[in-house]
Amino acid sequence: LGHPEIFPLVFTTKTQEIFNCRVDEDVTEENCFKLIKKEDIIQDLKTRAAISDFHPVKRVVVEYPGEELLVVFDAKFHYGQNFYLVASEEAKENILKPPETAEEKEEKEEENREGTPEVHPYKPPVHKPWVSLGSEKEVEEESVKETVPKITYMISRAQGKFGAPITFTDRNASQVEDSYIECSSYQDKTFSIKMLEKDVGVQIIPKVKEASTQTKWPYPKNAATQYFPRQLSSEEKEESLSSMKLKEFLTSVHLRMEIALQQNEIMNAFFDDWKALAEDESCSGSKPNVHLKAYQSFTDLHYLKKRTIGCVCWHPAIYGIVAVSARERLYEEHVNLPDRSLLQQSVIFFLSLFDPIHPQLILECPEDIYCFQFSPSDPNIIAGGCINGQVALWDISQHEEKLQNAKTVPDGIKVTAVNTVNASVLNVLQYICPSLIQVQQTNTEPPLERYSALSSIQYSHKKTVTDIHWLPDYFEDNRTGAPLENKAEICVQLVTCSPDCSILFWDIPATKLPQQYSSEKTEEEDIFRMPSDVPHTSKHLDLCWKPLIKINLCESGINTEYGPVRISLKELHYHYKISEKVQSLDVLQLLSKDSPSTEMSISSSKTLKVLGSISTGFFVGTEVTPVFFIPLGQKHPQKYTIHTESIHTLQRSPFFKDIILSIGGQHFAIWKEGVTNGPILQSSCSTGRNTAGHWSLTRPGVFFIGRDDGNIDIWDLLKKTYEPAHLQNISNSMISFISPWIASPMQHFLAVSDDLGVLHVLEICQTLNYPLRNE
Amino acid sequence: GIPVRTTLHNSTTIQYAGLLHQPTMKARSMVQDIDPQNDDLTFLRIRSKKHEIMVAPDKDYLLIIIQNPCE
Repeated sequence: LGHPEIFPLVFTTKTQEIFNCRVDEDVTEENCFKLIKKEDIIQDLKTRAAISDFHPVKRVVVEYPGEELLVVFDAKFHYGQNFYLVASEEAKENILKPPETAEEKEEKEEENREGTPEVHPYKPPVHKPWVSLGSEKEVEEESVKETVPKITYMISRAQGKFGAPITFTDRNASQVEDSYIECSSYQDKTFSIKMLEKDVGVQIIPKVKEASTQTKWPYPKNAATQYFPRQLSSEEKEESLSSMKLKEFLTSVHLRMEIALQQNEIMNAFFDDWKALAEDESCSGSKPNVHLKAYQSFTDLHYLKKRTIGCVCWHPAIYGIVAVSARERLYEEHVNLPDRSLLQQSVIFFLSLFDPIHPQLILECPEDIYCFQFSPSDPNIIAGGCINGQVALWDISQHEEKLQNAKTVPDGIKVTAVNTVNASVLNVLQYICPSLIQVQQTNTEPPLERYSALSSIQYSHKKTVTDIHWLPDYFEDNRTGAPLENKAEICVQLVTCSPDCSILFWDIPATKLPQQYSSEKTEEEDIFRMPSDVPHTSKHLDLCWKPLIKINLCESGINTEYGPVRISLKELHYHYKISEKVQSLDVLQLLSKDSPSTEMSISSSKTLKVLGSISTGFFVGTEVTPVFFIPLGQKHPQKYTIHTESIHTLQRSPFFKDIILSIGGQHFAIWKEGVTNGPILQSSCSTGRNTAGHWSLTRPGVFFIGRDDGNIDIWDLLKKTYEPAHLQNISNSMISFISPWIASPMQHFLAVSDDLGVLHVLEICQTLNYPLRNE
Repeated sequence: GIPVRTTLHNSTTIQYAGLLHQPTMKARSMVQDIDPQNDDLTFLRIRSKKHEIMVAPDKDYLLIIIQNPCE
């Protein structure tokens, strides 16, 4: 049954009565255990011998070690009978106790069933009696037992030697024979095991061998040298250009290139948004920083007493030199006519930024100069227009060095000293002598330079020359009136206009042309030396200079005449095939007076012809201010009436060749060529009068306007178009001229002259200098 | 490389032609190292602060375009 200690028994009712285990009275299904004393059972066995129910288990009962035996009522006949006897103490205990715990555990299990239905209650291992399966014999065989009683020896030394000192020595066991017994290993020849399979690890490595060589390199020597790039001759070029291979190449390649170009056109992949953000931020948040810092102010008590500055021009080559022309104030002009002879000589003088007190150079003029310009090709030639209609030329080549040295020696140097002393000695002088001594040694008078050519009064303008421009170097009108290309690349021609309704083209006399800027000075000096006293070589040019072409702007019908005040030159781009440079031809633009229709009559017998595909036109702005564009071939201009007063500035934008700014009176307007119905931007009436103006040289949307109250308006068309972006007061009197200049990439100057004769040089702050993206 | 046809100034052209040949060869050999069978350089674009240079190479010729990328 698996439970050898369980002996099923049948209890008769008699037995049950004796032992008080009657069914359903003493023992029930639940209370099925009954402990019966062993003695009682033995007693019962003796009394009833064979009929005792305990008879089959008599031996068990007798051998039972304990006092009480457990009899269990087996209601369900688990073991076959209705009672069973548990024969061992341990089983008795186990049955008595674990069922109790099992019952408890079952109860607990029912409670915990929702929580841990899977946890099995812990049952301590139940001791089972060891069943012998034959292993005892093996254990017996293997166990070591002493079979022979051990022999014991007791060894002791003689009593007398106890406690005596003793000496120990070493004895090598191998040296003495038989002192030890060993069992050494030997190879057993009868025994062999063949290794049939062996686990071995294998790794593959590349065979590496180190080797080295050394070459001899005595010294580096050029294998070949190329002095100029290889080029194909033109025949070879032609041949390869027309070859099939090239055609195939181009067809295969052009698609990719087109895609790439399109991509570039569409967007700029590397556009740095952060940087652009920073630029915008710096502009928008820096309103207080937009200003013109006063850099320097010049005034000259000598020459500018009671005078105003007519025109200001920066020297195009030398840093920091500005030329200023003095003239009478407008309102004084007519009043002080009789006093003119008493007044000082009219001059243009040069100022250096480094020397605000002394003018560097003075150019003598026959009359007051209304406007003047440096020649673009040679900054030593200056052309100026006088108020009496004459045109004068100056050559300051010999003072060029001095003007350049004005930078290093701010106190000025003697004229004669310059030409004879080396530049190095000059510098040494500068360092050795203190500046005070130098001042004493120098002339108090800056050098005076007389005009080298003066136009004849008869052929000049009848009224003030109001505007003078150098024609660019590739444009030359010849006697026939047709514009020609000038191959010499130097400016040779002037154009002037005057309110006497004529426009004159002047040709510079050939002897006056210096070949190169200051490199052949010695040669020039031989040709025409200019001492400060008398220009003797060019005396014949005095008063004899005639204009080349004269254009009369007069109206045929009503007989009103035009009084052009300003000329603006336009550049047309025209590609020449031979030369690689893009040649431009200038188109004259004149501003002319208004009148319903005009006719141009040209005094020279030839009319101005059109060269090839170039059209020349005139933009004319006059005293009474409408602005005209007269294309040269036609005779009918278009006129626009915008300004109520005389225009004083007409200027092309330095960035867009067909945008023109005209400023006059209380208005200003921006025109675009080709747009014939009016200006593209027109300002409203401003409170004061605008008296001077100029485009900014670096930012396409910025221009400066000077007012009659001494303010400068800075207009930024990208910010606001209805009012100036910034106002700044420069002086108390009317601003007469504004001229910006880029002296260095960091320094942009604005020269502003006012009616009191003071020239202010202002530094334009950076926000006004650097154009914004996409401006 | 020797310029055959150009719209730039002569010295600039020669400089570009001489300098661009080597990077193009280098780029081409790089592309072919990566995938020897299938790949070949079709287009090379070099972008600098001021210009963008585009090179379209071929067996015998190079087409070089220099462009100002800011619109």
